[in-house]
Amino acid sequence: MAAAVRSMNKMYGVCFNAARQTTGPKASRLLQRRAFRVAGVHRQQPFDSSLEKPQFPGASAEFVDQLEFIQPNVISGIPVYRVMDRQGNIINPSQDPQLPKETVLNFYQKMTLLNTMDRILYESQRQGRISFYMTNYGEEGTHIGSAAALDPSDIVFGQYREAGVLMYRGFPLDKFMAQCYANADDLGKGRQMPVHYGSKDLNFVTISSPLATQIPQAAGAAYALKRENMNRAVICYFGEGAASEGDAHAGFNFSATLECPLIFFCRNNGYAISTPTNEQYRGDGIAARGPGYGMLSIRVDGNDVFAVYNATKEARRRAVAENQPFLIEAMTYRIGHHSTSDDSSAYRSVDEVNYWDKQDHPISRLRHYMTARNWWSEDDERSWRKQSRKTVMEAFENAEKRLKPNVELMFTDVYQEMTPNLKNQRESMWRHVKQYKEHYPLDLYEK
Amino acid sequence: MAAAARFFVRGARSKLPISGVVPGPRSSFAAALLKLSPGSSSRTQRRHAAHFTFQADPEPTQYGPTTKMNMFQSVTSALDHTLASDPTAVIFGEDVAFGGVFRCTVGLRDKYGKDRVFNTPLCEQGIVGFGIGAAVAGATAIAEIQFADYIYPAFDQIVNEAAKYRYRSGNLFDCGSLTIRAPWGCVGHGSLYHSQSPEAFFAHCPGIKVVIPRSPVQAKGLLLSCIADQNPCIFFEPKILYRAAVEQVPVESYTIPLSQAEVLQEGSDVTLVAWGTQIHVLREVANMAQEKLGVSCELIDLQTILPWDVETVCKSVVKTGRLVISHEAPITGGFAAEISSTVQEQCFLNLEAPISRVCGYDTPFPHIFEPFYIPDKWKCFDAIKKMINY
Repeated sequence: MAAAVRSMNKMYGVCFNAARQTTGPKASRLLQRRAFRVAGVHRQQPFDSSLEKPQFPGASAEFVDQLEFIQPNVISGIPVYRVMDRQGNIINPSQDPQLPKETVLNFYQKMTLLNTMDRILYESQRQGRISFYMTNYGEEGTHIGSAAALDPSDIVFGQYREAGVLMYRGFPLDKFMAQCYANADDLGKGRQMPVHYGSKDLNFVTISSPLATQIPQAAGAAYALKRENMNRAVICYFGEGAASEGDAHAGFNFSATLECPLIFFCRNNGYAISTPTNEQYRGDGIAARGPGYGMLSIRVDGNDVFAVYNATKEARRRAVAENQPFLIEAMTYRIGHHSTSDDSSAYRSVDEVNYWDKQDHPISRLRHYMTARNWWSEDDERSWRKQSRKTVMEAFENAEKRLKPNVELMFTDVYQEMTPNLKNQRESMWRHVKQYKEHYPLDLYEK
Repeated sequence: MAAAARFFVRGARSKLPISGVVPGPRSSFAAALLKLSPGSSSRTQRRHAAHFTFQADPEPTQYGPTTKMNMFQSVTSALDHTLASDPTAVIFGEDVAFGGVFRCTVGLRDKYGKDRVFNTPLCEQGIVGFGIGAAVAGATAIAEIQFADYIYPAFDQIVNEAAKYRYRSGNLFDCGSLTIRAPWGCVGHGSLYHSQSPEAFFAHCPGIKVVIPRSPVQAKGLLLSCIADQNPCIFFEPKILYRAAVEQVPVESYTIPLSQAEVLQEGSDVTLVAWGTQIHVLREVANMAQEKLGVSCELIDLQTILPWDVETVCKSVVKTGRLVISHEAPITGGFAAEISSTVQEQCFLNLEAPISRVCGYDTPFPHIFEPFYIPDKWKCFDAIKKMINY
């Protein structure tokens, strides 16, 4: 059954691509609509009482006459797809994406720039200059590798540890800083906690704190994009902890039954704050759940930017061509603390962290790869470090100097229009604040 | 959850016309048999006696030609207009494809296609999350929750996500084109999970709109406003009115503004405020008060719970000096508390008696005790009587 589905989808993918090249957008739209109806048909078996096989509508299966429970396979799980080893050597040349030098340098620079920004903002939180921060240490490869495999028009739904995706798409350092400082330049108008980034121009949907809520939303957005038929997809990032939420179940199931062009990208970094994965689930990680939802799934080495890139690229191609969801579980390790409000040494060993930081890091692995090709030298490294630190510090200092947004903005955007009730409350606030102005930090805010 | 719902609905369908305006075709034969059978006592009949009498509004003339519709038909009509005029609009939920367990989406899938009117898996948090996502991506998303009682699994998506989307993103993203429809209110025998009126839970949530119509004309106009409104809206449909309420409804598309209460009957002694089915209860109460007590009641249909029309209500109370608010939902934390407190603040010098709230009791909604639970016309009448004598 599954094989039949795959081959049908494959055929359809081929037809559709062919048609797209030869006909106008209108024709291809019609074709695509019809095609996903066809794809819907093979889900349920036609009723046929003449056959000596199970007729239950809920599943397509044979009878067995032996009692046997299906064993979960957690000892030897879904293998981890890898393109290069820890020294940056390509293992199987047929899997080498053979990206040009500029692309690889860009990967490296974006990963390291993110790392530099993380270090500076983390320190600034320790000094009380911003209220909160979450680093991306160890997961830079998952962000950059996946972002590079997408089309810029693809919509991104994230959790909060995917700043590298925005970085790759060209989100300016000033805007990262503006959001963390909640200053007047913040696109979010200073309303959310730090690292809750969003960019309409870059199709990066604003982050919110409640975990996994973005997962069924991503399914809905992908469905809308499918109907729009403009060759766009959606990618949805989440951690392995968030995958325990009911919304993850909802999103996986909806995207499969409603045939949505969507990539679920799970960052399995071993911890949800202090909770290790053996307290999070007992199956074979997250990837093993995909097939249960009828979803094509793969597990990749999240510290291997090329493995992440390859998997995302292929998933993206097929998701759009076949209107079906894909699940990528990127195995990685959360090197930093969960957040600035967390001290991870309370629940894990320093040795464990050091192993991943020193011996299996996405940045050092890519650097080995570049060095072996003479694309990157010690000098390059030194000057890039200096330059990136300088640009980050400049943005940082500028952001710190800026005033906070006008307090008026506390009341706008609750609804599209301002309701009479909110107008009254706004006026009431100003009356009060003017009378008691010495008790409020008015000078920090734009007038 | 929905298994229970489905069971209930199948059984309920033939019982729903009890409120008696049109004995629908499906109730005819079997019901006649039951009436004839000697075992069927008058007690059985009384259990189903409606607690209200639907009274159609005068035929609206300002929106062009009208036709006779009940409430589920007027909802279908609104959805039909939306699908016809907005190619991005999609309708989804549990069992909407075959027409819905209350028949609100009958024929729409055949007319507009399977990709526009479709069933989802049975998962309310998924339905609302999916609807938010579709709206964020630019589609008009009309989600159905099969019963308002089952909206709570989606509470997080509604309160933390839908309501805050625009605000938290600085207006970069919004889900303003999302509308959530859900059957609402008591139905005679719905018990705990097919009777609830959860509007007050949502009234505490800035960023969403909550709307409840009283009739087919209002349902169509308000639903079309919700769908067009650029804010996420929850539209609660009093399910007891789906078949019971029949009136002349404009055939064309029209809207009735949100956040505007409607003064249905002018009066000078007491202001009565309600929404949904309870409006019909209070209309009767107003007549009783006039006949038995010589009291002139001003009747206001609030229509939009959030953001509500403070001005219309306060203006009326300034005139009458007395206010009775009535809703089916439990009294503690019910929306009447919000109205009462606001009116007290704004009309203190005009009030001649304490504001009275006639509501459901602070219990779950019971099965066999429903006639004693609901704030029926006698409870409301008594409140007016006491208020006048205060």
